[in-house]
Amino acid sequence: MAWAKNILRVNLTEGTCKNEPLNMEWADKYLGQRGLATKYFVEEVDPKVDPLSPDNKLIMATGPLTGTCASTAGRYSVITKGALTGAIACSNSGGFFGNEMKNAGYDMIIFEGKAKSPVYLFIDNDDAKLVDAGDMWGTSVWDTEDAIKQKHQDPQIRVASIGVSGEKGVKYACVVNDYHRAAGRSGVGTVMGAKNLKAVAIRGTKGVGVKDAGRFFEAAAAGKAVLAGNAVTGEGLPAFGTQVLMNVINETGALPTRNHRDVQFDGAHSISAEAMAEPRESDGKPNLVRNSACFGCTIACGRISTIDRTHYTVAERPQYQIASGGLEYEAAWALGAATGVDDLDALTFANFICNEQGYDPISFGATVGAAMEMYEDGYITDKDTGGIELKFGSAKALTDIAELTGRGEGFGAEIGLGSKLLCEKYGHPELSMSVKGQEFPAYDSRGIQGMGLTYATSNRGACHLRSYTVASEVLGIPEKTDPLVSDGKAGLVKAFQDATAVFDSAGICVFTSFAWSLEDVAPQIDAACDGEWSVEKLLEVGERVWNLERNFNNAAGFTAADDKLPERLVKDAAKTGPAKGLTNQLDKMLPEYYQLRGWTPDGVPTNETLSRLGL
Amino acid sequence: MKIRIKLYASLAEYLPADAVKNEADLEVNDGTTPTQVISRLGLPERMCHMVLVNGVYIAPDERLEKVLEEGDHLAIWPPVAGG
Repeated sequence: MAWAKNILRVNLTEGTCKNEPLNMEWADKYLGQRGLATKYFVEEVDPKVDPLSPDNKLIMATGPLTGTCASTAGRYSVITKGALTGAIACSNSGGFFGNEMKNAGYDMIIFEGKAKSPVYLFIDNDDAKLVDAGDMWGTSVWDTEDAIKQKHQDPQIRVASIGVSGEKGVKYACVVNDYHRAAGRSGVGTVMGAKNLKAVAIRGTKGVGVKDAGRFFEAAAAGKAVLAGNAVTGEGLPAFGTQVLMNVINETGALPTRNHRDVQFDGAHSISAEAMAEPRESDGKPNLVRNSACFGCTIACGRISTIDRTHYTVAERPQYQIASGGLEYEAAWALGAATGVDDLDALTFANFICNEQGYDPISFGATVGAAMEMYEDGYITDKDTGGIELKFGSAKALTDIAELTGRGEGFGAEIGLGSKLLCEKYGHPELSMSVKGQEFPAYDSRGIQGMGLTYATSNRGACHLRSYTVASEVLGIPEKTDPLVSDGKAGLVKAFQDATAVFDSAGICVFTSFAWSLEDVAPQIDAACDGEWSVEKLLEVGERVWNLERNFNNAAGFTAADDKLPERLVKDAAKTGPAKGLTNQLDKMLPEYYQLRGWTPDGVPTNETLSRLGL
Repeated sequence: MKIRIKLYASLAEYLPADAVKNEADLEVNDGTTPTQVISRLGLPERMCHMVLVNGVYIAPDERLEKVLEEGDHLAIWPPVAGG
């Protein structure tokens, strides 16, 4: 129970859709979603595969709790070899699509091959078929979602699709569902575009069963009570969203600014949660309209925003004078502090475009920041940018480039390469603030030491969602540690990595972990799923998943030499704030981390470790 | 002496009327501690989760003893998170 025990295998080359039973032996070892789909992926795909070739596969996967009444249990993930990184990619999204997929009776959909012409997959419970999408190719996520609902005359269909950026090969294209929720990182949408797969549209009404309904309802209710009673998940996140971090991280001296030249941004307040709540001059209304929740979520951290109707970006364009997905912290940082832009409406507009055309605002904003540095240093000229004056702080440059990138046109196509390829192209690879080709999110690892190790060892390239030690180092969750010291961080990172892999494999949101430990999660999984699920077993699953991903990356050609940070972070000290004078101490943390993981000094899992984990 | 106070999220309602961008200057006596400022502004103690002086975290048991200096920035948040 909990699992649908059913996979849909879609061969795009042959145009076939076939059901097959879920491998329950693997489900017992990898749980679901991130873990189980990665197991299928590594068993079926050559690690050396070109991410954009038909031989790469793409898996959409739910967790066993997805679609149940556990809080936040609407998650799904997209697993593939990332177009941005060439590493294992797993991008997680909320909204309502995952729930619909599970209710249609599928744990996973495995896409293989490449369609001869654009198609979308339409699922109505047991009926799955590929449909011509020629008329949707070249249209946005928003228009595609509307067109599919109109075509099938059913507004309750849930859609996950790519925008024009994914068709045009922007390396960090997303898969966007429900208009503004996204499997955002590593270029999973780029892989979808390379397969000529425009969208997946699902209507599912079959329900999701659990092993012991009475015990499950009790465990789920207990979990919700914990979330409601916790000041972060019950009060802070619904009221202020993730954007409340902007002033926190700036004050802490760990807000990467202007391509990590600085660690504090003088415009931080203007783009923060507090600013989003301030009435604006033109109409007296704030940027933030309301909060919003994904399926089954009792936290509701989402932001719904509007842009000032007198702002240059929308004054003549009523189609953007709407309430839509607003700024989350990581996006606001990348579009704002990383580029030096402090115009909240410009950032909100750029964020709308990221959602509309389906590309990752973190990688986009960080790449624009790198390009701005190269422009100011004279490595990129007006001739390269098509006349766009790409200076730090220019809102107009940011929004113009956002639109070009969304269409994959002009200099936007170059920004669509991501910072690693862009900086290499212009002869300055050292200016790419990335690991394994993926741009950093919103924490400078000189001011939050554990995040340096987090980024360096993240299996999908630089990412905060693989081990969010910010929770401990800055926010004091579950226990406060000192962000300025590297001692003890190897163990902290490993613990966060393993636990997070469990949340990502279960079908629930990682934000529950601000209040829940695995002690809260295990009873819910145990009551819902076949087998017995203790905290110890779940932690072993998390460690197994981490090593499985690492093994794939090693086989793909990554080595310990790829577990490194840009020189700027390990050689150039922070100039201001509490971390003034500090660099990241990765060289002290990494050997201890390898040892704790049971890996060789070269970062390879030992036979003993693999054997212990049943790998 | 003068210090700068910064109150964020739900604590913003406790800011003095002349506050701009969640910040205001506050005249305090020499030897003032974070706990004394928290008390003077009427901040509920349970909501003072994160207390930073010049960006450095001050643990609850240190807030009674940490002596503020001229020009210090005292920033306070209720329990918050993101990511």
